[in-house]
Order: sequence, then C-alpha cells, then structure tokens
Amino acid sequence: MLILGRRLPAPPAPPLALLQGLPRLPWVWAVAGVAALLGAAILGVLVGPVHIGLGTVVQAVLAPIPWFGASSVDPSQASILWSLRIPRVVLGALVGGMLATAGAAYQGVFRNPLADPYLLGAAAGANLGATLAIAFAPGSSLIGVNLVPLAGFVGAALAVAGAYALGRTVTGLRNTIGLILAGVAIAAFFNAIQTYIQQAQTNNIRQVYSWILGRLVTAGWDGVLLVLPYVAISVAVILLHRRLLDALSVGDEEVTSLGISARRVRLIVVVAATLGTAAVVAIAGTIAFVGIIIPHTVRLLVGRSYRVVIPLSLLFGAAFLVLADTAARTVAAPAELPIGVITAFIGAPFFIVVMRSTRAAAL
Amino acid sequence: MTKVELRGVGIAYESEVVVSELDLTVSSGEWLALIGPNGAGKTTILRAIARLVSYQGEIQIDGKAVHNLTGRELARRVAMVMQEPHMPDGMSVSQYVLLGRSPHLTYFGKEGRTDHRVVADILERLSLDRLAARPLDHLSGGERQRAAIARALAQQAPVLLVDEPTSSLDVGRQQEVLELIDALRAEQGLTVIAAMHELTLAGQYADRLALLVGGKLVAVGAPADVLTEPAIAIHYHAHVRVLSLNGSGRAVVPVRSHLPSPPGEVVP
Repeated sequence: MLILGRRLPAPPAPPLALLQGLPRLPWVWAVAGVAALLGAAILGVLVGPVHIGLGTVVQAVLAPIPWFGASSVDPSQASILWSLRIPRVVLGALVGGMLATAGAAYQGVFRNPLADPYLLGAAAGANLGATLAIAFAPGSSLIGVNLVPLAGFVGAALAVAGAYALGRTVTGLRNTIGLILAGVAIAAFFNAIQTYIQQAQTNNIRQVYSWILGRLVTAGWDGVLLVLPYVAISVAVILLHRRLLDALSVGDEEVTSLGISARRVRLIVVVAATLGTAAVVAIAGTIAFVGIIIPHTVRLLVGRSYRVVIPLSLLFGAAFLVLADTAARTVAAPAELPIGVITAFIGAPFFIVVMRSTRAAAL
Repeated sequence: MTKVELRGVGIAYESEVVVSELDLTVSSGEWLALIGPNGAGKTTILRAIARLVSYQGEIQIDGKAVHNLTGRELARRVAMVMQEPHMPDGMSVSQYVLLGRSPHLTYFGKEGRTDHRVVADILERLSLDRLAARPLDHLSGGERQRAAIARALAQQAPVLLVDEPTSSLDVGRQQEVLELIDALRAEQGLTVIAAMHELTLAGQYADRLALLVGGKLVAVGAPADVLTEPAIAIHYHAHVRVLSLNGSGRAVVPVRSHLPSPPGEVVP
C-alpha cells in the first residue's frame, strides 16, 4: 500500500485466503437455490385438482420412515401424492436440473453463449425418433418399455454422434465451428424427415405435436427411474469437469499448452451431457429454453466461473422446471398446457428483466 | 537448467513449407531471440517446440524428444506466453494465473495449498498481488502482459517461450517486461526463447540472435555479429544504421533516404 510515497508493510493475509479473487460457490446463492427447489417442490405437490393440505403432505412424506409411521393419511390422498404428484415433481426437478446443467456444459465446451443442449441435434434426433415410433408403431413396447421414449433416446444419441463424426471429418475437431455447423446440418436433415412423416401421417399429428412441446406426464415412478441413472452419471461427470471447463475458456491452443487436451475434455463432456439430455428428452419431450436461460441467469447474477455456474444451474434449473410444470397443469386446468410454452412464456420476460438490470455486462 | 535442441526441423501448413531444415541448439539458461522479417517462421518455431503444430525432424528438451512426452509432461517443461493471449472477460487475475498449475494437477484434480502458494508468490514477484481479484478485462496492456507471464511462470517449467513480448506496449512497458523476463531467467535459471521483431531490444537482452528468413536460418550468433547494416539491408530490405551504444548493445535505427520538407516551406 502506498501512502504519501511511503511503503507500508502489507497487512498479514488471513491464513485461509491465500489468493483473492478465486471463484467460490457463494453460500447465499447455494442456500437460495436449495430453498427455491424446496419451495417449488412443495408448491408442486400442493397444487392440483384435488385439494391436499400441507399437513397431509408432511404426514404422507414422513409415513414410510419408522417412528413417524403412525399417520392417518387418507389412502386415496396418499395414493395421489405418491403415485402422481411427488413423482412428477421429482421428474420435473431431474429434467430441469439436467437441461440447465447440460446447457451450461455445452456453453463451456463450445465457448458459445448461444449453445444449448440441443446444439448438436439432440432435439431433432429425439423428435424424429419419437415421431417414427408414434407414426409406425403406436402403443408398442420393447421389453416392457414404451417404444416412444426409447426411440427418442436413440434418435437423440444418433443425431449427436452423427454431428460429432461429421464435424470431425470437416475440421478434425481443431475448432468447434465445424462441430456446430455439423450439428446444424444434422438437425435440419432430421427435422426435414420428421416434418415429412408428420405431414404424411396426419392422424397422429396431435400426439406428435404434444410430444415435441414437452410434458411431464408420468405414470408413477417409471419415468423417474428411467432417467435417474443417466441424469446422475451425466451431472456427476459435468460437475467433475468444472475446473477444466474454466480452463477451456482461454481457447483450445492455450489450454493445450497447459497440458490439457481440449478435444478429450470436449468429447467426454459432450458425451455426458448428451446422454443426460437424450434421457430427459425421451421422457419429457424437447422442452425449450431451460438450457439457455438458467445458466445465463446464474452467470449474470453470480459470476462466470463454471465452478459456480454448474452447481447453481443444477439447483435453479430443477426449481424452475418444477414451477413451470406446476403452472402448466394449473393455468388452463383441467387441460394441461405444453410445458415448453410455459418455460418460454415465463422464461423469456424474466431473462430480459435480469439482462436489463445487470446491463448484460457478464455476457 | 535445460537445453533445447532442434535438429532438421521442418514445418508445413497444408502444403506450404514455413520452416525447413532448421538446426538450432539453445543452451541451458540462455536467452535466444528469434528475429527475422514478418513471415520468417519465428512464431511457428515456438509453436513447434510447444508441440502446437506438427513438425518433421527432432526437437529435444534435455535429451528427451518432445513428441514422446505427454501433454502434461511437456507443459511441466515448456511454458509459452502467446503474442495475444486470450483473456476471458470476467476471469480474475488469480484465477487466470492458477490455470498455469494445470500441468501439475491430475485430470479431475483440484488446486491445493501448494498451488495457491506458488501463485501467490508469483503474483507478488510480478507486482500483481494487488490486482489478484481484478477481472482481466480491467487490466492495462502492461498488466495483461505481466499476467500472461505470471501464468506461464506458474507452470514452473524450465523453458520459457515468449512470442513478441513487447508488441503493443509503450517503450516504458517494453523495458519493464524485458527486464522482468531477464531477472526471472537469472533467478530461476530459465532458458528463454523469444520471437522478437524489435531488433534493438533483441540485441540488448538476448545472448544470441537467430536470424530467420523464409523459414531458413541465415545467421546465428552474438548480437554484434548478426545485427549488421548489410545483413539487415539484404534480409529486411531496410535502410538502417546500426549504432554502438557504448556498452549497452547496439541500436538499429531506420534511416530515411529523402527527408520530406517541413510544412510551410516552399520548395524552390
């Protein structure tokens, strides 16, 4: 410190803060994220055509735990909670958290703020797979699993694998532009086939359309159990790459000179994010906007390091989608709105407000 | 203390040959400046040593072939300061310099106390400690260059490659950065290979100069032997005077053959 030209001895640094300015997960925001998720979950469980009070919910949730077991919850209410509302809230949290985390990961590996989990054609592939299944094999199943989500999953994975292979032949993965353009080309091609089938099979158009716009209809815990392993692995792998995603932000060449293989990081993160995205898209349809708006909101409010963006995107993405789903099934009750309509309808204005209030300095 | 050897090195982008048949040995603790006109291949040679471009021939660091090392092993031996390092907006100086610890971490590893200690020491040494928390996009040109050097030093590699360390700096910052590199070289026994276009500064700071033209080595030796008026006239197509600066090297000064008339003066 220089005061009137005299150098004063620097104050001794506190032992734990050896370095200032390192990104740390701010606990206030972490707590806020957990609170938002809990609040959204409670709201999601309470809201529905049959009124169930908070007390009943608490009793029903505690019922399976020993010592709390002596509850007197009406079996029909317990059944609504356990087989309809709670699995739906959990599925919403998994889907939202996954899409937001995958979006943040894609933005990191492609160093592109417009990247979302569907950048490499996952949505187009899933839509095509599901449309094929709905049009040509309605109601059929494979080893007990409904064919539509399976076809959606396979379609998404194939599209991304195709984009990766194509991008590799074009630029040898030296830069990400070739990969992104390959994704655009694959998505356009798959969309063309999907639209053709949809037009040719007009009797299924409504079902196809509703699938594309996304919904969280789930029969009990099947959907949750189906996506849970993929989401868990995908999120764990992405979380482990937080430091490397930050490192990638200096560019492929410089990160290589630091002894990190940008290609390897990109491949592993893209595979992980794609697996998770394909799984949730297969169950919930191609819900738009969550993968872009949540990571950017976190970035604008809290900071740009992936050490912060990834975990907070997971929490707020989960909370946001549970809320959006609650709105989707109440706004026009008893009808359900497609959840993609809600995410964009609430999400876009909210995002604009955040962007304006932070002056977009962080973009 | 680490020696760098290039033997019969050739580099081509697509089919265009950029560097050919290059033999060069840089002794341990030496500062070698690569000089030459634009497009001579200076940066390309640095990139080859850091294995950022593929090359033919052999590049060895302390007798070990560069192509046999893993990325992390190489990054623990060679650190490179790019001419225009990409500095992500919003990233703090300390976070940026900490990236230099990457070669010492495993794939999923996290920086520990030692890494923080190393970075804290480097920030202090480079007078960046007060700027540790400042975002990179709020730094001046000289501070940015110091941050880039700090990140390279955090790698604790014995070989430092520097690409045009003084471009876009004013004369004061140029001296500051070069003095810093020279001091660090002495303190830490670094071997420095720098691409430099400023001939006067190259002659003042480097032990030896390697003059490249069209990817070929045309002269290598002490500054006094390489920086001669005829050599510069032939290879740079420049009209210069080389002045001796009484013990502090040589100054290469461009000379105009026809001075323009001062404004307002009527030429008869």
